[in-house]
Amino acid sequence: MRKIIKYVIADILRNKIVIAYTAFLLVMSLSVFMLEDNASKGLLSLLNIILLIVPLVSIVFSTIYIYNSSEFIELLVSQPLKRKTIWLSLFSGLAGSLSLSFFVGAGIPILIYQASPTGIMMLLTGLLLSVVFVSIAILASVTTRDKAKGIGKVILLWLYFSILFDGLILFLLFQFADYPLENAMVAVSAFNPIDLSRILILLQMDVSALMGYTGAIFRNFFGTQSGIILAICVLLLWAITPLWLSLRRFITKDL
Amino acid sequence: MIIISNVSKKFGKLKALDDVSITCNRGECIALIGPNGSGKTTLVKTVLGMVVPDSGFITFNGKNILHDWEYRKDIGYMPQIGRYPENMTIGQVLDMMRDIRHAKDASPDEELIEAFDLNALMNKRMRTLSGGTRQKVSASLAFLFNPGVLILDEPTAGLDPLASGILKEKITAEKEKGKLILITSHVLSELDDLITQVIYMQEGKLKFHKNIEALRTDTGEMQLTRAIASIMTK
Repeated sequence: MRKIIKYVIADILRNKIVIAYTAFLLVMSLSVFMLEDNASKGLLSLLNIILLIVPLVSIVFSTIYIYNSSEFIELLVSQPLKRKTIWLSLFSGLAGSLSLSFFVGAGIPILIYQASPTGIMMLLTGLLLSVVFVSIAILASVTTRDKAKGIGKVILLWLYFSILFDGLILFLLFQFADYPLENAMVAVSAFNPIDLSRILILLQMDVSALMGYTGAIFRNFFGTQSGIILAICVLLLWAITPLWLSLRRFITKDL
Repeated sequence: MIIISNVSKKFGKLKALDDVSITCNRGECIALIGPNGSGKTTLVKTVLGMVVPDSGFITFNGKNILHDWEYRKDIGYMPQIGRYPENMTIGQVLDMMRDIRHAKDASPDEELIEAFDLNALMNKRMRTLSGGTRQKVSASLAFLFNPGVLILDEPTAGLDPLASGILKEKITAEKEKGKLILITSHVLSELDDLITQVIYMQEGKLKFHKNIEALRTDTGEMQLTRAIASIMTK
């Protein structure tokens, strides 16, 4: 398994897109921290960039990469290798190299300028988000044979997670404004890894007071240690479930 | 050595394989022939585990190949259209395969690499190669690890006469060593004298599996192409 991961990572790191992504994150985070004299304000600006860019790049890049390595996969499948090994190696290679570029691009500046619990939380959720969206991407690409369709699918998924989901929540909140939904919102937030990450980071920043009564509920839940651990477990579940489903599909796929 | 029993496979509505049963033994050189789209490549891919049959099973040396992967150590496969990572050079592809399939006991068989003069092209990227050179790489890879079974899907298509002569010599040499060789092809005249058995497929069905002598006496034709042609027109 290690051998294949080695080839996958070597291949990805040679790719100019990943290098451009790392450089972009690096420039963004450095300029944000240098422009703001208050580092925690810089962190807040960085938050929105990370929550938008990291899922987009992770999901689109991984999908295109999987489609483009169909030859490589075909070659490996006819060799004495377990399909499980091949698939997990591809996943680990993608998740590893995208996490690495996030760490170099955003993690190092965060650690330099703001190595507080908030900064660490941001680093952790950024890494988790990279893995989650690689996992969603490989599920989408294994279930769709057509490349154009597959890429369209993941872009829609990204739109759903980063924009549409919030719209739906707002809609529900307004429709059911007469009912006490605050506790239900905690559960609903688990259905979107991006929202979950955002809540986790915002609560570390002590700006939850701005979010009204729901914010207080969130504070009560996610502010405690067990709440944070639970939220991270849910994020891990978001990474493992699509991976497991895609693996099951790949093992019986015809090539 | 390889037993295929009642294997069926559907792609959507198309029946690619329809209840096919074949037994192949060591030392045989089998030609798998049939018109385009008759299921030859699908059959070969099911043996390799690249396509999972809907029903039926395949055993290799008495072991069911489903969920198994180690048996592929003993198979050399030359695909019809060799698809390789486009950004890698020939040298890198060969090194990668050696790395993945490192056989401790045997030294790799690099006869074909030398015969095809691939050493001069080691630094060329796969996407710049012509169809023929790709075929040469595929052939070299299939023979590289001294497998007991060789599965060659249209081995001579796209090769120039010189290269296909080299390949044919190599196949003959391996056959002498008592290996099982499975060749799918529709240009048979070149391989006439190698083959000991013929499997004929049509529309996913196995039409017959015969010894070449039996086929010759049945049809009264000495040449394999003629013999097949007389069956196809019947």
